[in-house]
Amino acid sequence: MVDVKLPTLAEGVNKATLTYWHKMVGESVKAGEDLAELATDKATFNMPSPASGVLKETFAGEGTEVSVGQVIAKIE
Amino acid sequence: MIIDLGLIEYEDAYRVQRELVARRKLNEIGDTLILAEHRPVFTIGRAGSRENLLVDERLLAERGIKVLCVDRGGDITFHGPGQLIAYPVIDLASKFADLHRYLRRLEDAVIEFLGKYSVPAVRSNGKTGVWVGGRKIASIGVGAANWITYHGLSINVNVDLGFFSMIHPCGFKNVEMESLARILGKSVDMDEAKRSLVSSFNGIFDFGDVRPRQRYSATL
Repeated sequence: MVDVKLPTLAEGVNKATLTYWHKMVGESVKAGEDLAELATDKATFNMPSPASGVLKETFAGEGTEVSVGQVIAKIE
Repeated sequence: MIIDLGLIEYEDAYRVQRELVARRKLNEIGDTLILAEHRPVFTIGRAGSRENLLVDERLLAERGIKVLCVDRGGDITFHGPGQLIAYPVIDLASKFADLHRYLRRLEDAVIEFLGKYSVPAVRSNGKTGVWVGGRKIASIGVGAANWITYHGLSINVNVDLGFFSMIHPCGFKNVEMESLARILGKSVDMDEAKRSLVSSFNGIFDFGDVRPRQRYSATL
């Protein structure tokens, strides 16, 4: 099981909005493929999956605020 | 590499960006600056909503003007002829992995560009974009695919500012928009503006020279 953690998107910024899940729970994903879209100020960031596998669980809904380092999903 | 797409539909320019992002990721190309002008279109970013569109979408549709929801940061904005658009496709991971620093560098490029026309422009804390005398002259909204950038910025050069009265630009209710032509009291040569913007960008990021139009069309 691999934890998907929110990366640092900008210096001094420890929160972002999760704007879009590119994958649904149960879907398979390849390492490097877009997994989640995050937004901060006037920028969006498409976060790649850190591993290949199945998206087992997500811990943040679209439109919610997430913190840097927070586990937002698990991939098995 | 610098690619001037000329007057192009928003969606077509978006496809070019995504194609170049994929090629940048594979290192087939280096950092690339796309220049463009769009036919009238309203776009709503991830932080936006249709509430900031103040006119009936059906009336716009009758005039062939679309309202598109797009995957950049920010709220609603307008693009139209006479507005200079720049879409940098840059691998930020090889420079600085910091989205806010990137937004500031884009503002720097626009401020330097306007300086060439002796127009003093500034940024405004907490309001990404470039401002002249309290009016907004350039809008910025970017996207990144694992640190490779797309979307970018638009500078009101000769564009008809009337379109902005149909929206709350960037979600701000009391913002007034500005254009370079309005400040200078005359229309500005777009080709010259493009060259000036390229040289401003090249002081910050290195994109090289403008690639002749006939040569890039075959590669895309």
